[in-house]
Formats: sequence, C-alpha cells, structure tokens
Amino acid sequence: MKLSWGIVIKEAIRRLLQKPYTWKYPFKDVKAAEGYRGRIEFDISKCIGCRLCALSCPASGAIIMVRDERVKAKTKRRPEFNLSICCFCETCAMVCPTKAIKLTRDYHLVDYKKEGVKYILIGV
Amino acid sequence: MTTIFPFGPIHPALKEPVGFIFEVEGERIVKAIPNLGFAHRGIEKLLESKTWFQATYIVEHICGICSQVHQSCYLMGVEKLYEKEIPERAAYIRMLSLELERIHSHLLWMGVAFHEAGFDTPFMYTWRDREKVLDIAEAFFGRRVVWTTSRPGGVKRDLTDKVIKMIREFIPYMRKRVKWYEEILTTDKTVLARFRNVGYLDHHKAVELGAVGPVARASGVKRDIRLEDPYYFYKESPFRIVLEKDGDALAKFLVRVKEIDVSLDIIEWVLDNIPKGPLFVNIPPMARPKLGKVISRHEAPRGELIYYEESNGNLRPYRVRVRTPTFANVVSIIAMIEGGYIADIPIVVASIDPCISCMDRVLIIDRKRKKRKIMSKDELIALSRKEFKRKRIKGEII
Repeated sequence: MKLSWGIVIKEAIRRLLQKPYTWKYPFKDVKAAEGYRGRIEFDISKCIGCRLCALSCPASGAIIMVRDERVKAKTKRRPEFNLSICCFCETCAMVCPTKAIKLTRDYHLVDYKKEGVKYILIGV
Repeated sequence: MTTIFPFGPIHPALKEPVGFIFEVEGERIVKAIPNLGFAHRGIEKLLESKTWFQATYIVEHICGICSQVHQSCYLMGVEKLYEKEIPERAAYIRMLSLELERIHSHLLWMGVAFHEAGFDTPFMYTWRDREKVLDIAEAFFGRRVVWTTSRPGGVKRDLTDKVIKMIREFIPYMRKRVKWYEEILTTDKTVLARFRNVGYLDHHKAVELGAVGPVARASGVKRDIRLEDPYYFYKESPFRIVLEKDGDALAKFLVRVKEIDVSLDIIEWVLDNIPKGPLFVNIPPMARPKLGKVISRHEAPRGELIYYEESNGNLRPYRVRVRTPTFANVVSIIAMIEGGYIADIPIVVASIDPCISCMDRVLIIDRKRKKRKIMSKDELIALSRKEFKRKRIKGEII
C-alpha cells in the first residue's frame, strides 16, 4: 500500500463528504473536555485560611491573602485569585486541605469588564 | 572560493533557536560552526527563586513538546531528595504519559520533516494522527499540550474508563498507520530521493560527538536510557531498542517510526498490568528536603535528558541544571552537514529534531565578491524542493 493516487482521491472524497472539524464557536458553544482546568471556583465556607495555596502557587502573585470577616476560621483571611496571572496548573486545588478550591470547565475568560474574568465565589 | 553563511538564529517564540555559520564552496558546505544561546530564558536561575514544589510547573515549560519528560525527570530527583518513593500505580501512569508524549512528538517531527522535503500530503496525515493523541491527553489530563500529569510524590489524576477505551481504540489504529508509514519510507520514490544519503553520520563519529537519542540509534549506537539505566518499570516492560545502520536522514526517520511501535507496545502493557493503589504519597508543599546532590536521567523523545539538582536543605533549590538532548545533538550537525549541499540544510537540521524556526533567515556573504544575500526560510525550502526536481529530471530517483 503505497501513497498512490487511489489513496489520495479516496481520502479527498471522504473529507469532502465529511462535516468540518471546526465549530462555529461564538455562535455555538463548545464544551471543554472532562477534567479541563478552567475558571477557579472558591468555596469560602470551607476555607480555613491556612494560606497553603498562596505559598505553593508557582505563578507568584496570582494568589494573595486578604482579610475577610466571612471566613469562619480564626485567621479571618482568605485567598484572592488574580486570573490574569494564573497559569491554571491546579496546584492550589491540589494542596487545599479542605478542598475549598476547584477548577471548573468554564473557559470563557475574555470580557470587556473586569468582573468577567473573575473567579467564582460560592458558599457566602 | 569560500562563501560564508550565518545561518539562523532565531524566532524565540518557538522551540529551540540555534544559529549556524556555514562556509561554502559553490553549493558544497566546507565548514559549519554552531552558535547557541539565542533562546536563553533564565529558567535555571528562576528555579532558584521557587520552592521545590512550585518548580514542578516551571520545568514543564522548558519544552512545549516534551513537557512531561522534563517534569518526570525533575520529580525523580526531588522524590529522592525527599526520600519518598512513588506508588506503583503512579509510576505506571507516568510511563503511560511519557510514551504517549513520545508518539505525539515523533508524529509532529515526521510531519515537519515531510514538509521540509516538499512532501505535504503525509505531513497532513501524520498531524491528523497526532491529533488523536492530543484528544486522549485532553480527556485524561485536561490539556492538549502542557499536560501536568505529575505532582511531587505521584500523579494528579487517575485513569478513567473513558480514557482506557480511547487508548485501546487508538493502539490498533496507530499500529496500522505505523506499518503504512514504514512502507512509504522504504518504497516511495519521493522520500527515498530526498532522504537517502543525506546527512550521513557514521557509527564512530556518532560515538565521538556524543550523539544521543534517535540520531545515535540511526547510526547503530546502542544508546537508550530506558535500556542502560531503566527507570520506573521499563525493565519489566516489552521495551526493545530500535537500531538502524545507515546513519542517513532516512535511517533517523525509520528509527522514529519504529519507536512509535515500541511505545504502543509499552502503552498496551501498562494498560494490561497497571496495579490498583494510591496515586501519590504526600509531600507537604512547605517541607524541606535533605541535603545533597541528585542526578536523574530520562529518555526524552529526542534523546537523553539530564537533571542535576543540588539542595542545601532549604525550601528552595540551590542549583538545578538541565541538559536537553538537542544540546548534545547540535554538534553532530557539523559532521552531518560537511560535504553536503546547501539545499540539504533543512533536512539535515530537521533530522536531529531541533527547532525548525531557527531557519528564519539565512545571510550569505560572498567573501571575494563582498556580496551579501539574505535567504528566508521559505526560499531555503524552495531551494530544497528545486533540488528534488533536479534529481527527478536527471533520473537520480531510485
């Protein structure tokens, strides 16, 4: 079986009859793969303010600790995520002892407003 | 009359930029001098400012194609410094990711090499096959390129039924394709005309210049870290070394194609024999390693990868040194290219699997006439294709 004209023409006909591989993205939303590392979801009710996430983040400055009275633990501190520096490596979610941080399948991280590229805060 | 060519250097956004200065007589190359260091990003210095834990994600970005082998090699040293042994299941999953990566890297290289020779149809075919590996990676690790499989002490994610099914379907498909590629390489006129007797490197020269990976194996040098210093479970796996004797660009091609078959065997073996158990042993992110120096070696898709790690007992590495395979192979380009034609440069340089983008522009200086001529990558590729046409007209095609 060499690379002959027969194979090439057969391939061409098959591809012509096939639907395109690309999607009409902005008009038709495409779901990211299972286990995709996208927008960060942070559950404030689980946070204990141990700052392990901030200490182990490889993109320095992507996570800083801020004061927040809503945190139940004594420390009264929670992480603040800066998604413009984040490299979505999942380290924070991995080291979190209470599993308060989760990476979702949402990849729509472009917006005209700053709020559009923010992390999701839940458990308030 | 000698003419001098500064060749390269750079397009820093892409793989590994490298510059060359060629001295030519007419069309023949008399002398070649490599010129390195154009893509210095200061990663080794950056690693000194990160903790051992954080550095796991920095080393992964050294190479976009073989990111997993960098991470795995680095972590092997780190786990030794922390005196922890990873669980068996984690080692199996790491092996799986390394072999998947080898397949995707070789397929990518094959496509590029075909393209350089002006043979674009199989370029499309190989990249379509590569897409299947990337789909598996996306389903498994959540990313197509920088996978982040591992964490210090083990791996992050477990194999799911969906991924196992995808890989099981992929193996027979790819085996069929590999056979077909092998047939193309050994029988097709276009390929034989362009790759045979180009960029020849003999056995002694390969040993002398310290060639590694497929470049060395194509010259018959038995050099593979999976055989010499087996890590993880490569000793038990059905790994076999692929050797070719010819040492030309075609042999390097064949070695890579046959290696895909070996990788498929290993992947199948991993899926059959993977034990159950935990995914990682806990290494706390703020723990300090013991004092010492470690060297770890891996067989990357391009050859031997070495990591040297030195710890002074602190949270941050004292020194991390990385020796990538391309650095070892760049010297062998000199031996391969001398005596060859200008039109063969793209194929010879591509045959060691470096950054093709290095060929952004070529400056030709005529010493006697004091003339300068700048050649772009496209012009050089056009020259390469012209050479092929000339050979076809002359009847040199076998």
